[in-house]
Amino acid sequence: MDKFTPIESRPAPLVEVGVIGWMRKNLFSSIPNTLVTLFTAYMLWIVLVPFINWAFITSDWFGDSRQDCTSGGACWVFVTVRWNLFMYGFYPEDSYWRPNLAFILLIAILVWLSVPNLPYKKWVGIAAVTIYPVVAFVLLYGGFGLDIVPTHRWGGLMLTLVLALVGIVVAIPIGILLALGRRSEMPVIKMVCVIFIEFWRGVPLITILFMASVMLPLFFAGGTDADKLMRALIGIVMFQSAYMAEVVRGGLQALSKGQFEGADALGLSYWQKMNLVVLPQALKIMIPGIVNTLISLFKDTSLIVIIGILDILGMVRQALSDPAWLGYPAEGYLFAAFMFWIFCFSMSRYSIYLEDRLNTGHRN
Amino acid sequence: MTNEQEFIITLNKVNKWYGQFHVLKDINLNVKVGERIVICGPSGSGKSTMIRCINHLEEHQEGEIVVDGVVLNNDLKNIGQIRKEVGMVFQHFNLFPHLTVLQNCTLAPIWVRKMPQKEAEAIAMKYLERVKIPDQAHKYPGQLSGGQQQRVAIARSLCMNPRVMLFDEPTSALDPEMIKEVLDVMVELAQEGMTMLCVTHEMGFAKKVADRVIFMDAGQIIEQNEPEAFFNNPQSDRTKLFLSQVLGH
Repeated sequence: MDKFTPIESRPAPLVEVGVIGWMRKNLFSSIPNTLVTLFTAYMLWIVLVPFINWAFITSDWFGDSRQDCTSGGACWVFVTVRWNLFMYGFYPEDSYWRPNLAFILLIAILVWLSVPNLPYKKWVGIAAVTIYPVVAFVLLYGGFGLDIVPTHRWGGLMLTLVLALVGIVVAIPIGILLALGRRSEMPVIKMVCVIFIEFWRGVPLITILFMASVMLPLFFAGGTDADKLMRALIGIVMFQSAYMAEVVRGGLQALSKGQFEGADALGLSYWQKMNLVVLPQALKIMIPGIVNTLISLFKDTSLIVIIGILDILGMVRQALSDPAWLGYPAEGYLFAAFMFWIFCFSMSRYSIYLEDRLNTGHRN
Repeated sequence: MTNEQEFIITLNKVNKWYGQFHVLKDINLNVKVGERIVICGPSGSGKSTMIRCINHLEEHQEGEIVVDGVVLNNDLKNIGQIRKEVGMVFQHFNLFPHLTVLQNCTLAPIWVRKMPQKEAEAIAMKYLERVKIPDQAHKYPGQLSGGQQQRVAIARSLCMNPRVMLFDEPTSALDPEMIKEVLDVMVELAQEGMTMLCVTHEMGFAKKVADRVIFMDAGQIIEQNEPEAFFNNPQSDRTKLFLSQVLGH
């Protein structure tokens, strides 16, 4: 009898895999494709070259007033002069170290959690959601010997980050609970969750913010009025948890029934089943959806300007109306857009990194 | 109590409906400790539903189910108690893909039995050796073949040290080459005296290890007998027809 020996695999032909192969396949595979490629290259050329020229080559970066903008290109002096305002709003200058420290701590925690092989991840994670918020609050607001900085002096990028982070960190757990409640077999819990979700999801964020700032105080007796930023934050959190709940519900539904049954059959309780089996898998499936919601939350924070709280975009718009600096809307909006983009893009990359890392081959 | 202990599972006039559809009709079944039962029948006959009622993955509406002296009702404590003692192996394995093989096996012992991790791991390795895949302990289920996954699923159930094992078509989703490795594990388990209820179409397995074969159709137990009598001398026409179709090629 012949012994069966499989033929050894050979490498693919070079035209299929190299740079040339890629270009041939994707850019020049046919005459129409080649024309589209050339046209796109031409359009990029006529748009990008003047833009780079304007933004980088003939631009001015340093100075104190608009008289320093002499090159004819972008006047980034507009931004550099107001850098502190854009970053911290009206936060007292001698206390800038406080938001800085809070921010550095946050970055340190995030890096710690995302670098593989660092020890104590569990404890760092727990500290991140328990101790860190308290520390950050004391640093930003004051107390324990630090001067109180009332929230109406907060602003700029710092405020944008506070709104987005609190929104994210509080909305995720509430959203998970709402999603579990909506799938619950207990009719009362289910109904409460459905009503909550459908109410907050059906109202525009701008209305919620407006109601939080204008109408809520009418219901309180004078003097018991909660902080304006706090009221806005509660509104944002409610709104975002309703959205989060629906994303989470999608993830729960994507999980096969067998996973629930496997956990049941082993005798796990409801919460053990959810925490150990269902949510770790569902959250992994939901990462793109969650990050999508978070990115849109991050950008929605700029709506807060309608109740007179100035986030980074609000600060930029206020600066644009300064008579001494009229005429630089392009620089101002580009800067604001760039700041938003950096954070949103980082979130998006981080989510892709997480998806890769949590990938264990097959889904159920 | 001693009388009840003789039967580890008792189903007494159990009825179940899906909406208007009557899936289980007056099911009576007593299972002795150490008994190995194979349940067969055409698809839709209610055989899976019946064994899924035993650990309350499905809820029955009428009748009484008693497992190891505990009455199965809507009391979560009783359900939990029963599920601890009853292991189940599914057609599609239902391993947890985000956990390694070892973690799959230690999850329930640690959280349900409150066992220390070291002890749970030692027990898990013992059972993984018994199903002949200790070297795969640190892989994820997605990296294993179907047959290996099903053997892990069996080991995972055994780690809870159950008094009864339920098998719900354990080989139906496997490639032909892998069925044997799973059946071998099940045969070994049967020879060690585990109480087993198997829904399966593997008639060879039934002949080899079963103490009793049950034939179900249309939600009823039509016939039950020792394997030899069941296969050689079926009483009902329905059973004869079924057997001629499964064995006739």
